[in-house]
Amino acid sequence: MAPLLALHDVEARYGPVRALHGVSLTVGEGEVVAILGANGAGKTTTLRAVSGMVRRSGRIELAGRLLNGEGPEDVARLGVAHVPEGRGTFSELTVWENLRLGAITRRGSLDEDMRRVLSFFPWLGHRRSQQAGTLSGGEQQMLALARAMMQRPRLLMVDEPSLGLAPLVVAEIFRILRDLNEHEGTAVLLVEQNARNSLSVAHRAYVLETGRVAFSGPSEELMRHEAIRRSYLGY
Amino acid sequence: MRMRATAAIVPLLLAGCGVFLLVGSLESALFAQLTVSGLANGGIYASLAVALVLIYRATQVINFAQGALATFATYVAWQFIAWNMTYWLAFSLTLGCAFVGGIVVERVAIRPAGRRGSVLSIVIASIGVLILVEGSIPLIWGTDVRFFPSAFPARTIHVGGVAFQLQDLGTIGVSIAAVVLLWILFRFTKLGLAMRAAAFRPEAARLVGVRVGWMLSIGWGLASALGAVAGMMAAPSPSVLLQPSMMDGILIYAFAAAVLGGLESPAGAVVGGLAIGALLNLLGSYVGWVTPQLLLPAAFLLMLTVLLVKPSGLFGRTSVRRV
Amino acid sequence: MRAPTALRFTVVGAVALAIALMPFVLSDYNRSQGARVAVFFIAILGLNIVTGYTGQISIGHGAFMALGGYTTAILTHSHGWSTLPTLPVAAAVGFGAGIVVGLPALRFHGVYLALTTFAVALAVPQLATNYSHFTGGVEGLPLPSHTGIWLYGLGWSVAAVMFVLSWLLLRGRTGRAFRAVRDSEVAAASSGVSLAVHKTLAFGVSAAIAAVAGSVYVLVNAFVNPDIFGLTLSLYILIGAVVGGLGSLWGVLVGACFVQLLPIGISNSHTVSAQSVPVIFGAMVILVMALLPRGAAEALFWATELPKRIRRVHSSSTPQRLEAQ
Repeated sequence: MAPLLALHDVEARYGPVRALHGVSLTVGEGEVVAILGANGAGKTTTLRAVSGMVRRSGRIELAGRLLNGEGPEDVARLGVAHVPEGRGTFSELTVWENLRLGAITRRGSLDEDMRRVLSFFPWLGHRRSQQAGTLSGGEQQMLALARAMMQRPRLLMVDEPSLGLAPLVVAEIFRILRDLNEHEGTAVLLVEQNARNSLSVAHRAYVLETGRVAFSGPSEELMRHEAIRRSYLGY
Repeated sequence: MRMRATAAIVPLLLAGCGVFLLVGSLESALFAQLTVSGLANGGIYASLAVALVLIYRATQVINFAQGALATFATYVAWQFIAWNMTYWLAFSLTLGCAFVGGIVVERVAIRPAGRRGSVLSIVIASIGVLILVEGSIPLIWGTDVRFFPSAFPARTIHVGGVAFQLQDLGTIGVSIAAVVLLWILFRFTKLGLAMRAAAFRPEAARLVGVRVGWMLSIGWGLASALGAVAGMMAAPSPSVLLQPSMMDGILIYAFAAAVLGGLESPAGAVVGGLAIGALLNLLGSYVGWVTPQLLLPAAFLLMLTVLLVKPSGLFGRTSVRRV
Repeated sequence: MRAPTALRFTVVGAVALAIALMPFVLSDYNRSQGARVAVFFIAILGLNIVTGYTGQISIGHGAFMALGGYTTAILTHSHGWSTLPTLPVAAAVGFGAGIVVGLPALRFHGVYLALTTFAVALAVPQLATNYSHFTGGVEGLPLPSHTGIWLYGLGWSVAAVMFVLSWLLLRGRTGRAFRAVRDSEVAAASSGVSLAVHKTLAFGVSAAIAAVAGSVYVLVNAFVNPDIFGLTLSLYILIGAVVGGLGSLWGVLVGACFVQLLPIGISNSHTVSAQSVPVIFGAMVILVMALLPRGAAEALFWATELPKRIRRVHSSSTPQRLEAQ
């Protein structure tokens, strides 16, 4: 079966600076794949390359369809929900408006989607008219995930969801990611510096170093790998 | 468009203003008449000011061409009427043309400058549009000053024993209706939400599939249509008349109103426009040494005073400066 | 953005020589046109100092020109001064006005500052009309008329002096302070650069230069009244500054030629009617912003950078390859 997302030798640059030097990876249907690596390794750039937010070369295939320089709007409409670093919530808008934006490109009733989202995040129902910018960091992260859910994505790309959040909140978020994957069958491409959390929820992972894939494999394997343990898991 | 009065001084100031106008109107018939005709002017300033705010909010650009585009639209309306269309049909058709015109201007003249340029480059492009559009009017319609009919018959309406011009009341009504319709669009429709999202956070909006480029164009279209309303309301007045430079002075007052209200706030633009209209009219009549030439400096003095107290305008957000 | 010094001085020298020799081949009418270009040159130079180098946007330099122009007019007409001594006085008046405008401007930023200066620019002609007893009101005041070559000489001599003074100011500590304020106020302040002093000073200097431009302007017109300092003037100065390129002294000449000579050139070429001049000029402004949004200086920059870039690409440029662990 063709993978949902496939990158072949993708290079990306910010102006004259090359951030990705030929990255190849795949995400299968219903898989959770993690991208690990230190700061500046190119993790965020990889997601941005898929979304078309950065100049790139190489092959990117989404459900067998070759992406040809599509911009973020088009990639989103092809079923990719990208929750960027910093969440990308609209602080000036209300919670409800943020959720509505997730489904902005679709016609028809949103009741069904709202019900699904509220089953994952019941507390959102009580805060509909609250301005998104006044939510706590963890709540904003969850709002971002809820909005992504509203997009009914085939692929959910999440960038550093645990950044700046307390451990309990982080645990909650990873639990939700696992639920999303198991109950909705959504494929997840997860970028994280926190290797332990990622490897516990992901099926497979890639480790990036200076814009290249250094290691890859199933999570259990990587967790046992000597070099990875030392550099990224701390023991 | 939520009101953001962060200082208590703003509601106080506005309440004071409102009370002043109300009490004065109840006391003196002349005061009431001047207030109403001032508010009619203010409605025109407000419409144009909201158009300016619309574009500024989304792009940080001050559209210098707003007045010229409004004038052009009014000429188009005149042409429709000269072709024997009924007033309101011509009015509606003109709004449509202005909308399309705004989109065209954005795509052809503004977008290219924005691609690699700074905000200032786009502002200069808009000045280029101003020069071009205002210059094209005499080429198409000649230089004669024309008469533009009013939407409302020249009757007086008596309220509480005071005679008001139907035209003034009608202008206030139409201006407010236009702004309210726009507010409804932004607040309650999918398109409005997408436009707001595109204005606040274009990158994040793209990630949910919003075509930010089109939202911008539509914003320019709506602003242009709103300007057309202002133009068609202003042209009938004998002190304005249909001529190429018709909206030049009005545009300046609209700038003052938009700045006074806070450039990011349409509500502020409305309040600012109405306030400037009413207060200046009263000032011009009651204070002897205020000649017509001093009205413009007076408007700016008002604007500056507000800015000194609240540097981002009445309803402006004091933006956090990123280090 | 710096071309080699020797090249720069050669170019400046060549241009200066061309300007000096120009009047001998021009008709008298064209010489006064050349003087008008000088007026815009000086005004745009002034604007560039406060906007291009210090980052404070001003759309109001027409007002400072008006102050300078009226100073010269009133002194020569009503007080019998001879022409040249009025220029330093105009500069002083302009400087004072610039400081006065610069002080409250400390509180406003970006677009609010721009629109405030715009307001000042529009208010001044209105005030001049109103206080006609002083200023001659709408009818204005006449000034002694001069020959085209005298005006050309005056205009470009003043322009040269202003250019050299600006260049000296901008390459020194003050200039660096200005650029620091433009690039990052917070960084500048934390490096000990007084924001208040430098922002106000920039306004003062800029206004002084614009005032002098105004003096030459009224002399070229042999006439002053409020209309010549209207909205159009301030907008054209801004257009000239941006088309020339902000933050660059080089583009100033290009900008001045663009706003003064292009409209004249269009109407002189008898292929189009005088009425279509604004349409064509407006279209040209839009076109220039689409192609060279950062102005002529950008084109000059590419012209000097391109040879360097080509050289770099052709030299060995294998990227470093880091081996994975």
